[in-house]
Amino acid sequence: MSETPTAMSAAEIAQAVSSRKITALAATEAALARIAAHDKVLNAFTDVTADRARARARAVDAAIAAGQPAGPLAGVPFAVKNLFDVQGLSTRAGSKINRDLPPSPRDATLIERMEAAGAVLVGALNMGEYAYDFTGENAHDGPSRNPHDLARMAGGSSGGSGSAVGGALVPIALGSDTNGSIRVPSSFCGTFGLKPTYGRLTRARSFPFVASFDHLGPFARSVKDLALAYDVMQGPDADDPACIVRSVEPTVPLLANDVSRLRVAIAGGYFQQNLLPEAVEAVARVAKALGATRTVELPEAARARAAAFIMTTTEGAALHLDRLRKRPNDFDPPVRDRLIAGAMIPAVYVDKAQKFRRWYRAKVLELFQSVDVILAPATPCTAPKIGQATFTLDGVELPVRPNIGIHTQPISFIGLPVAAVPVPLEPMPIGVQIIAAPWREDIALRVAYALEQMGVVTAPAPRGL
Amino acid sequence: MDDHLDDYMSAVTGTMALPLEDAWRPAVRANLEVALRLARLVDDFPLPDDVASAAVYST
Repeated sequence: MSETPTAMSAAEIAQAVSSRKITALAATEAALARIAAHDKVLNAFTDVTADRARARARAVDAAIAAGQPAGPLAGVPFAVKNLFDVQGLSTRAGSKINRDLPPSPRDATLIERMEAAGAVLVGALNMGEYAYDFTGENAHDGPSRNPHDLARMAGGSSGGSGSAVGGALVPIALGSDTNGSIRVPSSFCGTFGLKPTYGRLTRARSFPFVASFDHLGPFARSVKDLALAYDVMQGPDADDPACIVRSVEPTVPLLANDVSRLRVAIAGGYFQQNLLPEAVEAVARVAKALGATRTVELPEAARARAAAFIMTTTEGAALHLDRLRKRPNDFDPPVRDRLIAGAMIPAVYVDKAQKFRRWYRAKVLELFQSVDVILAPATPCTAPKIGQATFTLDGVELPVRPNIGIHTQPISFIGLPVAAVPVPLEPMPIGVQIIAAPWREDIALRVAYALEQMGVVTAPAPRGL
Repeated sequence: MDDHLDDYMSAVTGTMALPLEDAWRPAVRANLEVALRLARLVDDFPLPDDVASAAVYST
């Protein structure tokens, strides 16, 4: 076992707390100390809930001392993107405007489930305004920074989640992913991330963006920690109309199952374009380790990305229409300008995008009759510099902000489960998407675990701290 | 349509009571041009008449 609570995985902390080798309070204090030491430069946290965390940790220790069963995350510090409701905090969702909301009366369901498993919430995390972002930059709170190079982006929109876990401030964080907002910061910050199947994890009491494909999910520094968090958060919830009634399907007991018989393919065509060499290298390493040589084509992936773009900008505009009218100058200007443009898209295009989604999903699901896993890059490149406006992909100079997620958007558009795994290239890590059929998070996590055991993927120690 | 895009922007924002200050107009227009280009890509795809919108996945 590692020496100090901050160097321990969530699984190690929970085991140590359960067996009373350390207290939950000690694990919490260690996380709070590391946050105090490093968040000044990372800027991952917007709120540190120290008093609440200490009270919760003491309650965990008291329950264990009284002989009550310890949860699978006993004493594990975690933090959440600041679009999750946290009792007593206004849910800012990265905005200036939402700071005027009253304090939330109740935690998001996923926080309640994490704490019911013994975890300890230590704070809320920076994010791109209203989640309309791939960079991790924020006009109001400043950028969350990459723990491996402080001059580089953390990725977005769950930038604080990637920065906090990549920087080992906490072993687990929660984020949201509409078009790539878990997978992009996981890629840039060198963490594992899980975007579950659409409808798997409840979004109750979180601030929405694009309800048609908003997902919530965990970040972690190991696959086991990722699976531990995912398992305790599963289950139906009447407070989210999209959350499916499906029994909990634990993945931790399955992680070490053999993967040699899984049929693994590499996404071709669209997913092999617009890549810098590091992204090509990362996919090649993962494919080689898994013995994957077959390529499959996701039909009309470019059109799928276009349809995701249209649904995002129009649903986002509809969500914020009143705020755009009343407080346009309180938005980050680039976000405001995108949302106003979104309000101008004719409804017929939105309807066609929705219908195309049905067609595209059916075609992609046909692929899963002959493959179990599809590999694809998570991002076109390693983390760009903060403030970088353009990059060159396939010889064409493109704006960075909307194009970071070009390889994630066609996947979340139809709600497929994805484990993002970090390939520890030098000088910066980069992620690969392990994509499975709907409701087969277990397969994506098993493959991620096998790659981790082989040493092909790992969350590197933060190089910038 | 692009030739009339500024007129379209004025008409839509006026009809919807959305603000559009002159200083924002170039950036909003640039975003709208990108979105319309992508919308046309979707529009160009021939879909069966009986295809229904996807909503929540249950299987």
